[in-house]
Amino acid sequence: MNKMDKALQEIGEMDELAARSSPIHNLSATAKLLSTIAYIVTVVSFDKYDLSGLAPLLLWPVLLFQISGIPVRTCFYKLRIVLPLVMAVGLFNPFFDRHIILRLGTIAVSGGVVSMLTLMLKGVLCLMASFLLVATTPFDSICAALRKFHVPKTLVTLLLLTYRYVGVMTEELAVMTDAYHLRAPGQKGIHVSAWGSFLGQLLLRSMDRAQELYASMLLRGYHQHFHYAPQKPFGKKDAVFLAGSLLLFALLRFVDVAQLLGGVFVR
Amino acid sequence: MIEFQNVSFSYEKGKSVIKGLSFSIADGEAVGLIGANGAGKSTVMKLLLGLLAGEGKILVDGLEVNRANLAAVRKKLGFVLQNSDNQMFMPTVYEDMIFAPLNYMVSREEAEQRVDRVLSQLGLDYLKHRYNHKISGGEKRMAAIATVLAMEPEAILMDEPTSALDPYNRRIVINTIRALPQTKLITSHDLDMILDTCERVILLSDGQIAADGPADEILRDRALLEANHMELPLSLCGRE
Repeated sequence: MNKMDKALQEIGEMDELAARSSPIHNLSATAKLLSTIAYIVTVVSFDKYDLSGLAPLLLWPVLLFQISGIPVRTCFYKLRIVLPLVMAVGLFNPFFDRHIILRLGTIAVSGGVVSMLTLMLKGVLCLMASFLLVATTPFDSICAALRKFHVPKTLVTLLLLTYRYVGVMTEELAVMTDAYHLRAPGQKGIHVSAWGSFLGQLLLRSMDRAQELYASMLLRGYHQHFHYAPQKPFGKKDAVFLAGSLLLFALLRFVDVAQLLGGVFVR
Repeated sequence: MIEFQNVSFSYEKGKSVIKGLSFSIADGEAVGLIGANGAGKSTVMKLLLGLLAGEGKILVDGLEVNRANLAAVRKKLGFVLQNSDNQMFMPTVYEDMIFAPLNYMVSREEAEQRVDRVLSQLGLDYLKHRYNHKISGGEKRMAAIATVLAMEPEAILMDEPTSALDPYNRRIVINTIRALPQTKLITSHDLDMILDTCERVILLSDGQIAADGPADEILRDRALLEANHMELPLSLCGRE
């Protein structure tokens, strides 16, 4: 199995994760989508130096991992490509922001280091929340929930098709990579001289298949509505989950839990 | 059921792929559409499904294929694609099968009954909750046919339904097609399969009808087939 086949299998595994059953899986997509958006907004709203205030927000994804039964390592494994990119966002902060804002014993910590760590943590938290949403909710149900909030049809269809086409493009890439290596034995990767035509071909082939796939959807009655998506009605448990989540976010946002806990243990 | 009235189509200006095509298919008829590569078979299918718009008139059960009638026409036609991977885009076979009925506003209960009925009819109950990326090519082709049958279409169109199948799965697909009571239009280079499943054959050549008649006559005509870059079905070789 080559790298691309593995990637394809991983995409399929996301659907399998979403099809599991747990108290989180059984919630309506609407409740999960709203709570995830609220969580991301809360995370992003923290000041760039407020690392201690941000840290307790880990509680929510940790709880969700526990209740949904999705292993944390699966999340980090699947996000292994994106995580370094997100982590790299604040990498240069320590060079630009050198004023000391904290002393840990004899070690002086600059504002740049704190803001870098805050940015990294923000990125990780947002990715974890997004992963949890996709891993506990079928993608079509997320799209259906987005439509309920009147997100434009075109945008939602674009999102749905992007999700579907990732698999199609990966399949084409797998076939082309195999064909290339069979005629370039011993060569590592794709030679730079072939990149242009390789990418061009990949795009054309993927477009062909994408068109056929979309035609197949249209021929079976798809008209940018999501009647077919598994939709759980918004019930009491969803309201409780949503209200509980919002309360927790408000608490973690407006009360410095880290300082409170610190006050309990350090007198 | 299906009627083409003087239909023409060109992808590029001045280069017609379909030239004044006229034919009709009666209710319940099984017709094989054959021809060499580039003869226009796939284009005929796409015109019929409203994926392409040409000149002339195409009627499906009395409804003209045009923008206004597209949804109603497509509801009557089930199309089995050559590449089942492009047809099976939902995570599981069940979700793929229920996709069309729910889009056509059939209640979930009735849609689920349809899924069970079709799976049972094709002996595919074991596939119901399997993931599409984990089933074999033969199973996927049968599942693709099942997704179309769950629509309960009046006519079924198939593009190369037996391509890339091993002999065992090919036979299963052929027996399944034979048992379907709907009107059928099948394009294929597998002439043995056409002989097995269709009573009538339309031979396309350069966008026009080169022959139209009983499958048993056309598929035994070595001279006609060879003149159109085809060969006798293997099962008839040496016995024509």
